[in-house]
Amino acid sequence: MPAHLSARLCTLALSLFLIAFALPAFAGPFEDAVAKFANDDFSDTEEAIGVVASSGNKLAFPIISALQDGRLMADSDSKKVYVTGADGKSIDAATGEAVAAVPDSASAVRLNNRLRRSVDAAIGSLTLQSPDVGTRLQAAQSVFKSHEETALEAVDAALAKETNRSVKTALGEARAAILLFKSDASEVEKLEAVATLKARGDQDALALLTGMGDQPASVTKAAASAIGSIQSSLAVWSMVQNAWYGLSLGSVLLLAAIGLAITFGVMGVINMAHGEMVMIGAYTTFVVQEVIRTRYPGLFDYSLLIAVPLAFLVAGAIGVLIERSIIRFLYGRPLETLLATWGLSLVLQQAVRTMFGPTNREVGNPSWMSGAFELGQITITYNRLWILCFTLAVFAILLAMLRYTALGLEMRAVTQNRRMAASMGIATSRVDALTFGLGSGIAGIAGVALSQIDNVSPNLGQSYIIDSFMVVVFGGVGNLWGTLVGAFTLGIANKFLEPVAGAVLGKIAILVLIILFIQKRPRGLFALKGRAVEA
Amino acid sequence: MTPHMLTRSLDRGATIFLAVVAACGILIPLSNLLLPADSFLQVPTYLVALWGKYVCYAILALSIDLIWGYCGILSLGHGAFFALGGYAMGMYLMRQIGTRGVYGNPILPDFMVFLNWQKLPWYWYGFDMFWFAALMVLVVPGLLAFCFGWLAFRSRVTGVYLSIITQAMTYALLLAFFRNDFGFGGNNGLTDFKDILGFNVQAEGTRAALFALSCLALIMGFLICRAIVSSKLGKVLIAVRDAESRTRFLGYRVESYKLFVFTVSACMAGVAGALYVPQVGIINPSEFAPGNSIEAVIWVAVGGRGTLVGAALGAVVVNYAKTFFTSGMLAPYWLFMLGALFILVTLLLPKGIVGTFNAWLAQSNEKRAATSVSVAAEDGVTEPKMAE
Repeated sequence: MPAHLSARLCTLALSLFLIAFALPAFAGPFEDAVAKFANDDFSDTEEAIGVVASSGNKLAFPIISALQDGRLMADSDSKKVYVTGADGKSIDAATGEAVAAVPDSASAVRLNNRLRRSVDAAIGSLTLQSPDVGTRLQAAQSVFKSHEETALEAVDAALAKETNRSVKTALGEARAAILLFKSDASEVEKLEAVATLKARGDQDALALLTGMGDQPASVTKAAASAIGSIQSSLAVWSMVQNAWYGLSLGSVLLLAAIGLAITFGVMGVINMAHGEMVMIGAYTTFVVQEVIRTRYPGLFDYSLLIAVPLAFLVAGAIGVLIERSIIRFLYGRPLETLLATWGLSLVLQQAVRTMFGPTNREVGNPSWMSGAFELGQITITYNRLWILCFTLAVFAILLAMLRYTALGLEMRAVTQNRRMAASMGIATSRVDALTFGLGSGIAGIAGVALSQIDNVSPNLGQSYIIDSFMVVVFGGVGNLWGTLVGAFTLGIANKFLEPVAGAVLGKIAILVLIILFIQKRPRGLFALKGRAVEA
Repeated sequence: MTPHMLTRSLDRGATIFLAVVAACGILIPLSNLLLPADSFLQVPTYLVALWGKYVCYAILALSIDLIWGYCGILSLGHGAFFALGGYAMGMYLMRQIGTRGVYGNPILPDFMVFLNWQKLPWYWYGFDMFWFAALMVLVVPGLLAFCFGWLAFRSRVTGVYLSIITQAMTYALLLAFFRNDFGFGGNNGLTDFKDILGFNVQAEGTRAALFALSCLALIMGFLICRAIVSSKLGKVLIAVRDAESRTRFLGYRVESYKLFVFTVSACMAGVAGALYVPQVGIINPSEFAPGNSIEAVIWVAVGGRGTLVGAALGAVVVNYAKTFFTSGMLAPYWLFMLGALFILVTLLLPKGIVGTFNAWLAQSNEKRAATSVSVAAEDGVTEPKMAE
């Protein structure tokens, strides 16, 4: 036997001895318990899980987790049990010694659903005292979910030592969950448990309270009131959640539709290629990130800040080009413009498909846009939050531009009465070109934002174009506030309909509602008032 | 329809068109069925099915031209009426499969058995009878168009607004038909048809007959459209197209005219879809895709809006080009070409092929008339002076 191996064995023996010394009651039973895994009998396995988990042996965690993953091999002839590692190396479960190979006669220890729960609980209790806060929190939560009585001692022990506040709360909740299901817990303990769960107040707590089975009358009563209060608070939270999702969707719609609203409002032109401008913005972001990745990896967090003006310029320049080369020849023929821009959208899509390939391209989140935080019972992701803020900022800037700049004044004049504006000396064709460029540029900016939450593919724009039209038609043209109200109304209505009717039916319902709404107000919510017969 | 109306509605171009379609409708099936397979003049069965498809598209284009060319209604959702007619026919064909399906259920189509449905949904009742399905081919698109048009035209939704909400309509239907629980086969649609009126849909004879029927439907559709546009009603439609408000001020109920022509057009599109489905052997929700409807509009634009003949011609030309280019090495460039077609036709050829040809013809006729007038004047014959 090589020297280093015998040295390792000595250490192992010593550590086993120390464990034996520290926990005399469990030293012998540990090996016996491990051997029970080989009996291929569910009740023996359960007993073994209990003993192993509470043994304190350092092999306990590898054994139980191997059991969970089906990597615990037992040989029923020799009563030997082996842990096969994920790397293919195996050890003897009772001693921890490495073995060359698991004999062919060994097979994975079988589990049933009841055992799986005990395994989960055992794992939970084994990791409750891990030095890592995250692991402890996870362990407490897994105990909470499994609420196995066997874990009670471990939870109590961990609770006594725990200093972290959130882990402590989680442990308290886990303890409450166990007590609630423990048949011999006292009534007082159970009432306390109900109170704790009520304070937790989420879906899991609700599930525990509704599924707790026979209980003393006072506990049942307390639970019923707890269920009521949890349900009503959950209902409120789900409203808040829907409202947040709705705001988020609304901000995306607003961003995609606002450029369309400007071009439609000023020029009466439906730009079917608007979605492709969004797509071009998203691909600009992709290119910027590619360059940063290969040349200046340190700048990655600033990639979006660089992409926003660049996307505005690229999409805006393409927009001006389109206006000068195609759209200006089609003024007064809005239906033909619609067809021509549709053709243009096909060309742009195919061009991008040829240049970048038909598959999705990877656009990463900078660190300040990834992750999420909890607000009460809802989770808010940073990217959605930033997009909402960004959209509102774009909206405010655009509004200010329309109100306080010369170009804005001219644009409003042309929107209200093109011929009168022309008579007053406004170069309407210049305004048209700039408006189209501005609308396209904003679409490009929208593409930067959308690249953070959607797949960047040649079809990106198409998935937004119909929704954007709906926003514009619903909100009415000639007034940006209409677009704002339209976008957020549609976003929120969509998200509130979704849980009731399902995502697709909700969307269909929205489309039908808009079609009906148009009957009532053919020019949208905020229509321009004028005396012309035909607007 | 009186003979007088018929003769009035047919000019020379229309007569040529009808003759060509009738000749195709008779000669192509005959050549396919009677001539030996190695003959130079024999039309192979796959071509019969392909051209049958084009003829159906031509009917669809005709229906779009009727409303767009003559009434100024640009519908971007006509593919929806086409698909609804197709689904009605597809439902009949599904019910005809009977026990020959994979699951052998005499009543339920395979996809319903697969979804574990116990009984036939009510809206599938009656589709085992051909006459009922044929009626539904007209009624379903017609009814949808009537309701939609009634709502839209009454509240004076016009122009691009109307185009956009028709697009929303077909998009909503697309989403709905994609759903499995909607009862129309979801994503896969309806397919694996066996026979129609007792004839095998795959058989050469059936395909030839369907082609002849499609040509007949095209002729009928053309005659109906001609009758409409050359009647007094047609003149009002053109007035609505050119100056809607003025027509209204003159006392015409614009919305009634629009509603009538929109509904007729939707029924025609439904018939086109119904003839299309047995020839291609499948109907699925992608027929509702907004892109399809817009593509159909460009056929009309290419051929020439407001000419009827041009619409049918445009449908055949563009689709022939599509088949030609998408099956060869040029496939990746087809979308470029289609897109360019949209742009170039609207920019450079606003009247389309037939419209431009007609204008050229009229111009040269005018020149000829002018020269003959001047010759007559030199001969000393007094001619009444033409009004300026």
